[in-house]
Amino acid sequence: MKNLENLVSEAVILIDRVENATELEQIKVRYLGKEGELTKLLKGLGALPQADRPVMGNLINQAKKLLEEALDRGQKIIEEKEMIARLEGDALDVTLPGRGLGIGGLHPVSRVLVRIESLFRSIGFAVASGPEIETDFYNFTALNIPENHPARAMHDTFYVDNVNLLRTHTSPVQIRYMKDHQPPIKIIAPGRVYRCDSDVTHTPMFHQVEGLWMDENVNFSALKGILIDFMQNFFERKDLPIRFRPSFFPFTEPSAEMDIGCVMCDGKGCRVCSNTGWLEVLGCGMVHPNVLKHGDMDSEKYTALAFGLGVERLAMLRYGVNDLRLFFENDLRFLEQFN
Amino acid sequence: MRFSENWLRTLVNPVCSSDGLAQILTMIGLEVESVEAAAPPFDEVVVAEVVSVQKHPDADRLSVCQIDVGAVDNKLLQVVCGAQNVDVGMKVPCALVGAHLPGIVIKQSKLRGVESSGMLCSAKELGLSERAEGLLLLPKDAPTGMNFRDFYTLDDKVFSLKLTPNRADCLNVFGVAREIAAITAVDFVLPDIEPVKSEINDAITVCVSNPEMCPLYCGRVIREVSLNVSTPLWMTQRLERGGIRGINAVVDSLNYVMLEMGQPMHAFDFAKIASVRPGKVYVRYAKSGEYLELLNGEKVELQPDMLIIASENGPLALAGIMGGIQSGVQLETTDLLLESAFFSPEVISGKSFRLGFSSDSAHRFERGVNFAATRNALERATHLILSICGGKAGPITEVKNALPERNIVKVRLGRIKRLLGIDMVSRQIAEIFARLKFTFFVEGDVFHVTPPPYRFDLKIEEDFIEEVARIYGYDNIPARLPCPVMSMLPESETINFSSARLKHILIDRDYREVINYAFVDANWELDFANNMSPVALKNPIASQMSVMRSSLIGGLVANLQFNLNRKQNRVRIFEIGCCFTNNEDNYQQTENIAGLCYGDAAPEQWGQIARSIDFFDVKMDLESLFWPERVRFEKFSHPALHPGKAAQIYRGNRIAGWLGEMHPRLQRKYDLSRSAILFELHTDSLSTRILPKVKKLSKFPPVQRDIAIVVADHISAHMLLESMNTEKAAIVSEIRLFDIYSGKGMEPGKKSLAFRILLQDAEKTLIDKEIDDAIAKLISILESKYNAKLRG
Repeated sequence: MKNLENLVSEAVILIDRVENATELEQIKVRYLGKEGELTKLLKGLGALPQADRPVMGNLINQAKKLLEEALDRGQKIIEEKEMIARLEGDALDVTLPGRGLGIGGLHPVSRVLVRIESLFRSIGFAVASGPEIETDFYNFTALNIPENHPARAMHDTFYVDNVNLLRTHTSPVQIRYMKDHQPPIKIIAPGRVYRCDSDVTHTPMFHQVEGLWMDENVNFSALKGILIDFMQNFFERKDLPIRFRPSFFPFTEPSAEMDIGCVMCDGKGCRVCSNTGWLEVLGCGMVHPNVLKHGDMDSEKYTALAFGLGVERLAMLRYGVNDLRLFFENDLRFLEQFN
Repeated sequence: MRFSENWLRTLVNPVCSSDGLAQILTMIGLEVESVEAAAPPFDEVVVAEVVSVQKHPDADRLSVCQIDVGAVDNKLLQVVCGAQNVDVGMKVPCALVGAHLPGIVIKQSKLRGVESSGMLCSAKELGLSERAEGLLLLPKDAPTGMNFRDFYTLDDKVFSLKLTPNRADCLNVFGVAREIAAITAVDFVLPDIEPVKSEINDAITVCVSNPEMCPLYCGRVIREVSLNVSTPLWMTQRLERGGIRGINAVVDSLNYVMLEMGQPMHAFDFAKIASVRPGKVYVRYAKSGEYLELLNGEKVELQPDMLIIASENGPLALAGIMGGIQSGVQLETTDLLLESAFFSPEVISGKSFRLGFSSDSAHRFERGVNFAATRNALERATHLILSICGGKAGPITEVKNALPERNIVKVRLGRIKRLLGIDMVSRQIAEIFARLKFTFFVEGDVFHVTPPPYRFDLKIEEDFIEEVARIYGYDNIPARLPCPVMSMLPESETINFSSARLKHILIDRDYREVINYAFVDANWELDFANNMSPVALKNPIASQMSVMRSSLIGGLVANLQFNLNRKQNRVRIFEIGCCFTNNEDNYQQTENIAGLCYGDAAPEQWGQIARSIDFFDVKMDLESLFWPERVRFEKFSHPALHPGKAAQIYRGNRIAGWLGEMHPRLQRKYDLSRSAILFELHTDSLSTRILPKVKKLSKFPPVQRDIAIVVADHISAHMLLESMNTEKAAIVSEIRLFDIYSGKGMEPGKKSLAFRILLQDAEKTLIDKEIDDAIAKLISILESKYNAKLRG
């Protein structure tokens, strides 16, 4: 039945060449429609001798199956082609901006606070807090700052009345925490503090983080260890030069000032470090026995280290902010840079 | 404290550069603020004598001078000079040809046709002074030809120390030298001061009424001095480099001793101490109503807690702070009364601040002055004055009472090791104390140390441990990370100890955090918190920062205005901070979280129609803060808010805060073109969270039914939902409001609400009857309670 084979191969070639559904339909009608070529052959079966009919019928059915398969295949290809064409028409300009709300951001001071807290938490310091309106007892007396100390004068401290004031540092939290807890004590106390000072390098409100670690054998060597570790991790510079200098604070003895190598000029000397190559970043020391006594602690049994650092200062150094006042103007163009 | 490096090095001279010296000082706690050259670099300038002066033939203002510069061949130089004070015989600095002065190089030149081989210099031309007052006059005995830098000891540096208040002992050159000697182990011995033999018998009587405030007073009369002499150059220079202006030979001598030994002193014009008995001086507290005109020209009303020096006629000086002008030393003074005393820090401190000025004397006395050197300083000053001004000294009158006690302090080796964390032995400690020149003895491992009379900061064991650490070197103490017993920090999942989570929810919803000052304009408190009695500061730095905020809103509105002025027209900000209220002098301090939204709901963008942010946009932000807990919003009236667009927020029965649109009156007052949505919550209302307890998930599909009802306008959605949720059948798993309609086609005063009800049972498929019953029950609740009609 060469005729039948030719018919099938001819149809398959046509099917493979179709461009659209209409053409495919035409092919389908041409071969399988009522008057289709294969249909005609099928109809012509009756004219064949009885003995040939099963063989012939079988062959025609096989041919029909092949054709139907080819048509199905053609149908899929066309659908695929049509979908590709349709989707191409639907294509987006993927470079257009996304829609909806944007995302906000933390204030840089908060961002630095989060960083400080997480570094200290990683070595087991808990976070404590205290009131911002303090009494002169907690802010001064308990911290070994005597009655006639210049810091108590009105030019440094905001007073609310004769005994209440806006805390000038976060150190009062030390005393409050000692009164409520038993050693070992290991805390940092971040917060807002206030001083009557307003110029290019001072704002009347700023942020500090106080640190206190009290236990039976806390010593100056550990104080150095912790603070060097902190500063090098804060600035992510293991080679950050650090030095400790003797200093004076009424609430620590011995007291020290900690300097880091200037991160702006790598210690070469610049405007930020006043050409010294060093930046003063925090004050620290071993807690004065009088302070421990005010916190109801036995200063013979326990020793404690304490430190206090200025958050804005670290934020300025970390993010290259050159004007302290930017932190409190809340200009969105400034804040948007801290996403 | 400023001083000349050369001076210090005459006392103690370690082998190190100026920078090295600065490093040493800084690292022992005497922070060096600056090291500056005493003079700018210049060369080829010599001491010269003006031999002759003639008028320039072609220029009125110029002179032609013959100058002796000490040349080997005695040749004179011809120099044309423009200074008006040039005169024959004077000694001046002369820059030779080839000299480099600040900014210029001196060349052989012709000035209006006359040859000039150098330049006679003023102080300004040499960079020694800001002003030019003609040629710089040098003393007559200045050696002609000598290098001027050497003669004027200009190759010197001025050190400026930023001393901490405990180190008053280093407010003088001896003190600094003592520290350098201790740290470098270079020997330093204080110069011996011989007592001056009295040549006259004039002595004074001193009557001290308050010996505890003035335990030691030494006075001496010197007669026949002449103040018509100039202070020697070496002294003037050391004073200048110490930051002290020259006044006259007597005052300069006293200031010199102060800079050298740390003892502030005073000289009275003995003749002007008008009194019936001129030899009698009183040290007493001032009486009310007494006045004194001070050397700085200020006339002050004395107060009864101020210690004064007085004659029988009244006050002469504010003890330890400043002398009076009337009894002050002047050029014509011939007889002096010198005073060297120890005034207690307690009686001096705070006084000069109260008076509004400070003095070198008060600065030292209020921190503590070496009371073992009081008499010696007077001897030293007498020597200086006699050698400069001549005169005859009388005997010293000394009134001495109980000086500050210096109790022996026990310093234990074990305590040193424990506090510093280093291993030390007794010998090291003894060496350090010896280098510091402390008096001490050792008993076993305990040092018994007596604080020296010039150290007012050494009182307890720890103070001496700091001394050990200082001399041992803070940098030599190893930094060690301790290894404590480990235990984890508690980390609650149901209590928010910090507001970090709240901040992040808002940030994720496009809010930006701001931080404002806690002191605000009292008007903000009135406008935004209706607070008429805010916590006020006694000493605000500005009137618009005079009260403590009880609400964060004022600051946020100010931030909005600031940013609108900078063309930022969509603002979404929040702040977390302490708020303060005054409850009968009991200050309440609570933390609030407040926000402000202004402008479009979304940033300007394509494909989305811009619309203003409204109440409900922000409501969802607040609901997210409490999620998954549902909070209640109830109609609310607040003076800062639109009366119809404000809600109080309840978490359970507790007020958590409020949300609303700014009152149009305030919107106008604060010049805002659009309305702002504001909210403020107490963070403690957000401090707890529910620990999730998971319910079994149903395997059976939920059934959904919608019901639409019509109710009167005043019935709130919340009331309907609340009633249905309270009384619903157990199989009703969720009731959601999905549509609301009023207006056309609706009876006036009525609104339609549509609810979508989900029904589900965890154990079985629901049958129709159960569903119908549950829906019917909901409808009957709404009908009976709210007179709702099912919408057809």
